[in-house]
Amino acid sequence: MSSPSETPVAVHHPALRHHFDTMATQKDSSLLGMWVFIAQEIMFFGGMLAAYAIYRNVYYDAFAAGSHHLDVKLGTVNTAVLICSSLTMALGVHAAALGKRKATVLFLLLTIALGSVFLGIKVVEYADKFHHDLVPGPRYSAEGLHGPHGEALTADTARHSELFFALYFGLTGLHALHMIIGVPIIAIMAWKAGHGRFGPGYYTPVEVTGLYWHFVDIVWIFLFPLLYLIPHHA
Amino acid sequence: MPEHAADSHAQPDHVVPVGTYVLVFLALMVGTAVTVAASYVDLGMWNTPVAMLIAVTKAGLVVSFFMHLKYSPRLYWIWLGAAVFFLAHLLLGTGADFLGHLFLNLGSPGT
Repeated sequence: MSSPSETPVAVHHPALRHHFDTMATQKDSSLLGMWVFIAQEIMFFGGMLAAYAIYRNVYYDAFAAGSHHLDVKLGTVNTAVLICSSLTMALGVHAAALGKRKATVLFLLLTIALGSVFLGIKVVEYADKFHHDLVPGPRYSAEGLHGPHGEALTADTARHSELFFALYFGLTGLHALHMIIGVPIIAIMAWKAGHGRFGPGYYTPVEVTGLYWHFVDIVWIFLFPLLYLIPHHA
Repeated sequence: MPEHAADSHAQPDHVVPVGTYVLVFLALMVGTAVTVAASYVDLGMWNTPVAMLIAVTKAGLVVSFFMHLKYSPRLYWIWLGAAVFFLAHLLLGTGADFLGHLFLNLGSPGT
């Protein structure tokens, strides 16, 4: 990494902002900022998770009936897709840290592709809910839902199942929104990486983007069992 | 071009080997499979705790290795810890209120 002019103090990294003394301080500040944002995000999702926890316990049968209408296969595939995208993101940051420009771009584009597959499957799932009138609102109907032995739901359970789908759309929608925001950010990173803006001395934006993407993956790790895998027995 | 002498005195980043990432990835995939499989087994009241235990383990792997927290300053840990601490308060606080209504005859929590 030694460049021709070995005068470390005088040479100034072009990415170093004037209010930071060193690249290390600048990087630590950026990463800390992202962790503070993630702390906020945990509380942001936490509010809806608390609502989910309470209502699931109060209206357990309705939540189990709603959960059983979700497609476990699609949910499992999407979980795997998102874990793959987390791996490609981690490898993208890794490549950026080593200054491998082409590999960085490739892994970031793979991450975008996998994120898009996830969102595509989500669209298919949402379309199914619209098709079966399982979207909360005036058209909502629990006729497609069944109890543990295939029996029709009681009037109360049918009514409360709407709450499950309200939280399903709320939680997965908020999660999907985070991915919709993440994809263009990763695209910008891929573009910048392709134009040689990063190197071993400076790739903080890629790393910060990675933190965001991994956090979104973690949210799904919790949403998947909570929404898709509610057992019928209480 | 991005390599500059100015950085040569900065602390080198801890570069996690690719093999570690692949191992974490495989563990996450296995964890997903176990989560789905366990949901089809009747564990009584333990189905959800088991699913959450696996989810927390998976989240711990992502945070430690993919997000490099294992190799990061303690200051980042404090921020994550604070968020988890207050999230636990949020869930336990509302949960305790709910259980109080359920077991102490404080009235039905649902209506």
